[in-house]
Parts: sequence; structure tokens; C-alpha cells
Amino acid sequence: MPVVEMVGITKHFGRVTANDHVDFELEKGEIHALLGENGAGKTTLMRILYGLYQADSGEIRVEGKPVHIGSPRDAIKLGIGMVTQHFALVPPFTVAENVIMGYRESLNMDIRAIEREVASAAARFGIAIDPAVQVRHLSVGQRQRVEILKALFRQAQVLILDEPTAVLVPQEVEALFETLRHLREQGISVVFISHKLNEVMAISDRVTVLRDGRVIDTLETATTTPPALARMMVGRETFGVVRQDAPQRDAEAVLEVQGLYAEDDRGLPAIKDISLVVRAGEILGIAGVGGNGQTELAETLCGIRRPSRGSIRVKGREVAGASPAEMTAAGVGRIPEDRHTGLVGDLTVAENLVMEVLPRFSRYGRLDKKQIHAYAQQLIEQFQIKARPGDRARTLSGGNLQKVLLARVLANQPDVIIAPQPTRGLDVGATEYVHNQLLAQRRRGAAILLISEDLDEIMALSDRIAVIYEGEIVGVLPVEDADVEHLGLLMSGVVKETQHGTAEV
Amino acid sequence: MIAAMFIATLAAATLRVATPILLAAIGETFAERAGVLNLGIEGTMFLGAFAGFYVADLSGSLWIGLAAAIAIGTVLGLLMAFLSVTLGVNQHVAGLGITLLAGGLALFAFRLNYGGSSTPPSIEPFERLSPLADVPLLGTILNQYALTYVTFLVIVPLAWWLLYRTSFGLKIRAVGENPEAADAAGINVFRIRYAALAIAGALMGAGGAFLSLAQLGAFTHGIISGRGWVAIALVIFGNWNPLKVLLGSLIFGGTFALQLRLQAMGLQLPIPYETFLALPYVVTIIALVIAGRQASYPAALLKPYRRE
Ligand SMILES: Nc1ncnc2c1ncn2[C@@H]1O[C@H](COP(=O)(O)OP(=O)(O)OP(=O)(O)O)[C@@H](O)[C@H]1O
Ligand SMILES: [Mg+2]
Repeated sequence: MPVVEMVGITKHFGRVTANDHVDFELEKGEIHALLGENGAGKTTLMRILYGLYQADSGEIRVEGKPVHIGSPRDAIKLGIGMVTQHFALVPPFTVAENVIMGYRESLNMDIRAIEREVASAAARFGIAIDPAVQVRHLSVGQRQRVEILKALFRQAQVLILDEPTAVLVPQEVEALFETLRHLREQGISVVFISHKLNEVMAISDRVTVLRDGRVIDTLETATTTPPALARMMVGRETFGVVRQDAPQRDAEAVLEVQGLYAEDDRGLPAIKDISLVVRAGEILGIAGVGGNGQTELAETLCGIRRPSRGSIRVKGREVAGASPAEMTAAGVGRIPEDRHTGLVGDLTVAENLVMEVLPRFSRYGRLDKKQIHAYAQQLIEQFQIKARPGDRARTLSGGNLQKVLLARVLANQPDVIIAPQPTRGLDVGATEYVHNQLLAQRRRGAAILLISEDLDEIMALSDRIAVIYEGEIVGVLPVEDADVEHLGLLMSGVVKETQHGTAEV
Repeated sequence: MIAAMFIATLAAATLRVATPILLAAIGETFAERAGVLNLGIEGTMFLGAFAGFYVADLSGSLWIGLAAAIAIGTVLGLLMAFLSVTLGVNQHVAGLGITLLAGGLALFAFRLNYGGSSTPPSIEPFERLSPLADVPLLGTILNQYALTYVTFLVIVPLAWWLLYRTSFGLKIRAVGENPEAADAAGINVFRIRYAALAIAGALMGAGGAFLSLAQLGAFTHGIISGRGWVAIALVIFGNWNPLKVLLGSLIFGGTFALQLRLQAMGLQLPIPYETFLALPYVVTIIALVIAGRQASYPAALLKPYRRE
């Protein structure tokens, strides 16, 4: 008998049908992947199971018995735990406090005893974490472990993980998979939400594919292939994108960076002595493990962060230290790294689209609503955004938010495009779309700096690849000469390319 | 000897002045730790002061009066919870609304019941305890109201223990920092906020009643005169920690008591006496500016919680 059965689950949000008569079954001790594009309804379905949403209709059975799950409290009592996309942790609390919060009732808490208990639970489940440390000091990967431990500590027999790998670096993904396999051996069932095919293939026993709120199929992972899953997920064949034309090696240098230094938010050096050239019609990929100065590099190039030293020239003009507005005027377009801070959720799509070019749409400080609306409508069509000009940005899915950001930046036809992690968290379809847009800009003659942690993306799009490690560029190679192994060594700081060849570090 | 005596009476006065503000500030600490800024504090203290006085006058029992003040404070705390937690009304608006409402109610009831008399009505206030009365200096300092003892020796340590050493306190802090996380962990965010605001209201009411039932034995229009707002500043100064809030209340109480003494000395100074009056408030502002920079506000303060 399955541990959990969801039968005919339907959930509407206003006009949107997030789940449409969804049937879902989870066996004891299996890792069951829930696969689907952005907005397919994966999170909604699991939030219903965890009591965060109520289904409009349908039934949930736990170990064969129909149950009502009105709140996470009910779910926890039924042995269901969930790690949400946005972590539900209290940063100033310690790991132990976060774990017992709301679960262990005691008048006089003995913190030491609780910490010991949490430590022994962590050991039992094979999770490496120090219970006495404050969560705010932990990395994203460690926080995720706290979340998992929190659910397991509440005796969860069913563990729901909502896109757990979206925030992890490759090594952490492997560690997570190790933990999940360990849990499976202990008879715990795992729901693994993802839209990354290779991960689903690697970890799951079965996979259920959702599209537009409906279940397309549930199958044994071993009996299927990534292309078949992609077809079910997207509803059409996917091809991936490749650059067709050869790079132009002698075109004009549009972006020139010389000896650039900048500090991070804590005042520590984040990027050191970075020198790069990006030519017209060229994509320079910056590869590297997250947190090696990529964010600071992008922010410095866009004027959000002040360089402490060095020069940035756009078409020969010195712009180091300029404000973001001056950078925009100088021809630098930036696709913000965080979609949610790049847009103002409470403003409409149209308002967000004109945010950087307001003077063009205002006379004596008064906004010309009609013109803004028309402009937005045109961009929405051109960039195939699934929204209307008057929709609040907050209500858009991740893929559509990214399209709005792209539209806003690309409409200005910038000479330089800074694209940090432009496809993070996007599904196959939306990723393909972004890639095609970047390639179109390359054909137009823009100089593009693509910063990504995804090596496949870097390899597919870049003309040249620079590797960043601890804030320094440790190697630049043309894409023809790059292979994954070599890039991996550079990214982990084991080797360093110098002007005179490769040197071991 | 005179200097020592001066310091002892100053210390005694400091504790007296600090008591009502400390009570209210501890209450506000609970509210804000749970994520609700309760600007109803000033009005709650005012109505607490009146209710305490009126019920004590009617019943002839100061203790029944105090209980009434605590009860009315609790009710106002629950009203704040209903407005800000259940209805999701902006916390500034809800709090100021309660201050206006409670203030108006107290004045109206006062005029209704005591409007005729030309002399301000008064009652026999609480007596001070005087342990070790024979010991010089220490006897002077310890000559305090029972409520002052309770506040400093019971309520503040108890509040600290509740917040930091019990799972109830953990829940309060959790809903004030990250209600989504608390909810996902199975904590009833609404119930915890209601409880915290009820505690807050009770302590604010008691703080007001201390003034009418102990310190003055009377009720006047200016009885609170901004002590609630000072309490809010002290909560920030104390970084939402009851022990540090206590320290802040002593700083304010100390300058207030000093200022009274300076005025009483009748020194012939070329500055108007109002300058002295302003002193404790100026000191509070300075302390706040210095300490406020490191203030780590409860992250969910001012944010109503909705699940969808
Ligand atoms: N609270 C909400 N209010 C309104 N609409 C919502 C809400 N939550 C989800 N939706 C809508 O329901 C649909 C399904 O969303 P859901 O978050 O379940 O998708 P998902 O498969 O988890 O996508 P992603 O991969 O982006 O996380 C989307 O169209 C989304 O916009
Ligand atoms: Mg989701």
C-alpha cells in the first residue's frame, strides 16, 4: 500500500488552475521525482500535501486512510515533512533551536541536552551539522541540511524537497544525494521536485511528470530517457541551442577591464586584479563555482558596487566608478542576478518595463500612461511574455519574470550585456529562450559577459571562457580548447593558466 | 554624608520612576518580539491608570484596582491582536487608534464620574515596604512599593526566562523573526501573537496603574505624559532583551530623578527650568542613537502574516 495517495486534486488561484485532477502516489522507501516546467504546479501540489494550501477538491490518503490536512501541524502529525524553496528557518536561532522549534514542548528548555539530542539525530540520519551554531552563519547547503534534519527530527516518514538542488553547487548535490539514498534505506519516502533531467535520472526510482497542472505520466525512471522526459515536460521536442557562426576574433574591443579590484559587503577583497576584454559580437563566459566573486564582478561592472582600484572602459570611455544610471547611459545592459530584486513586485509589468527609461515616457514629471502601455504591449509580444501590461509583476512565474527583465534590458540595444546566472532556476523551455535571446544579441554585435555556474551553458554559448577562482581570473581559453575536465581543475583552483602556459598551484 | 544621602535618595527615586516604564517596556518587548509594534502602549497605560484608580475607589481595595487595570490592559492587547493579526490592519494605524480610543474612554469616564468635584479626587495609595529601615542608606534605597520589588525581581527575570529558556519564548521569537518558518514548523502564528499581545497589554495596564495607585494615589490628565513612548524607545535601546531594557529604564529613571532634584534645589541658573524637564528625554534620545545603531529588529516586525 502506498504511504501517500493524492486523488483528483484540483486547486485554482483566481483564473489559474494550478492543479487539475492530479493523482499522485508515493510508495514506502522510494525516491519519487516530481518533474515539470516553471508553473506546472509541482510546488502547489506538495504545499497541499503539507497543509500550506487547501485543495479545492480531491482526496488525500495516508497509509490508506483518508485524512484532512489543514495546516503543517496536521501534516507533521501524519509524518510528512517539507523543505520549501525558500527556507523556513529563523536566522538568529541556532541549528538546535530551529530543529526543535514548535515541536518539543518544555517549560524549562535545557539547551545543552537539546543540542546533544539534535546532534545524535543528525548522526543517525547521516547529516553533518553543528547544532550549536547560529543558522545565519551557515551556507545555503548547510541550511538545507538543517531543514532536512528538522523534518526528520519530527519523525517524518515522507520528506518533500522542493527543488533542493537549485541552490547547491555540484559537490553539495552529490552529498545531498548520498543523504537521500541513506534515508531510502531507512524506509523513508522522498518526493524530489526538480526540472533538471539529469538529477531526476540520477536519484529517483519513479518520476511523475506534470505539465500545466495535469499529470502527463508516472513511470519507472529506469525505463525512460532524458529526451523522453523532456518531451513530456515541455510538450514538444527540445533541441538545445548551439552557436552556429564562428567567433570574430578581431572585432572592436567594446568592454575592456584592467586591474579591477572590489570588496564584498563585509569589506573583504572579493575580486582581485581582474583584466578582461570582450569584443563586439562575442560572448565571454565566466565559469566558476558560486561565491568566487562572480556577484561582485557583475555588480562592479554595472555600477552597483564601487571598484576599489582599476579601470573599466566601454567603447574606449572610462566608466569605472560610474553610477548604474551612468552605466546604462554608457551602453551597459544588466540582467539582474536575482529576478525578485530586479523587479518591483507591486508594480505592473508595464511599469517595470519602463523603469530604467522613465524620462522617455514622462513630460514635466508626468508619466504618459498610454505610451507606456503601448510600449509594454509591444515588448510583451516581441519577447513572448505570458502576461498583460497591467498585471502585477509579483504574480508572474519565474520564466516570465526573466523575460520581463530581458525585455527591459535588451530593448535598449546595449553595447555591453552583463548576464549573471541568466537561467538559474529556469526550466528547459525558458532556458532555451534566454539562450536564443543572448545569441541573437551576439549576432547584433553586442559584447556579452555571461557569468554562469552551469558548465554546459558556458560551453554551449561562449566564444571564450574565463575561469574565476577566489576573485581572480585563473585562466582564459577559446571554447575550442576547453574541455570539462580542464575547466573543472581551473575552477577548483588546482591549476592556474598563466600567460606563459599552465602552472600547478 | 550629605552626598551619600543624596545618592541614596536619588537611587530610591530612580527605581520608583523606572517601575511603570519598565513594566510597559517589558510588555512592549513581548509584543515586538512576536512581530507586532504596539503603539497602543500610551493609551493602554492611561486607561490602566484610570481603571485602577476608579475600581480601587469604588471597591475600596487597591489590589482589586490593580487587577482591573491588568484586565483592561489585557483586553486592549487582545483588541490590538484582533486588528493587527486577524484583520491585518497596519500596525501603526491600529496602535495609534487604540491609544486614541483608550485615551478618550479614560477621559470620558473620568469626567462622568468625577466631573463635579473641584478638587482632584484621590485615594490612599499603596504603602511602601521598608525592610532594613534601620540600616542607613540601604534602608532608604529599599524603601519601595511592593510593585517595584515585583517588577525588578520577578517580572524582568521571568520575562527573560520565558523568552530565552522556554519553548513558549522560542515560539514568540520565531513568529517575530520568520512567521513562515514558524508556521511550517507547526507553530500557530496567530495564537502566539495573540498571547504575546495579551501579556503586553497586561503589563502596560499594570504600569499605568502603578502611577495612579502607588506613586500618586490620584488620576490626572497628564499622568502618563509620554511614558509609553519612552518605553518604546527603551525596548529598542535594550535590543529586545528584558535585562537590557531594565538597564535602559534605570538610565531614564536616573536622569528623571536627578532632574527633579535639581529643580527642587532651586538653583539660580541662567537657563529655564524646562531645560531640566527635557533632560531625561534628551538622554533617552542620545542613548537610543548610540545603541540603536546595533539594534537588530525582529525581522518580521510590522508585517502581518497571511498564509496565501
Ligand atoms: N499563492 C498563489 N497565488 C496565485 N497564484 C499562484 C500561487 N501559487 C502558485 N500560483 C500559480 O499556480 C501555478 C503553479 O505554480 P507552482 O508554484 O505550483 O509551479 P511550480 O511547478 O512549482 O513552478 P516552479 O518550477 O517555478 O517552482 C502558476 O501559474 C503560479 O503562478
Ligand atoms: Mg515550485
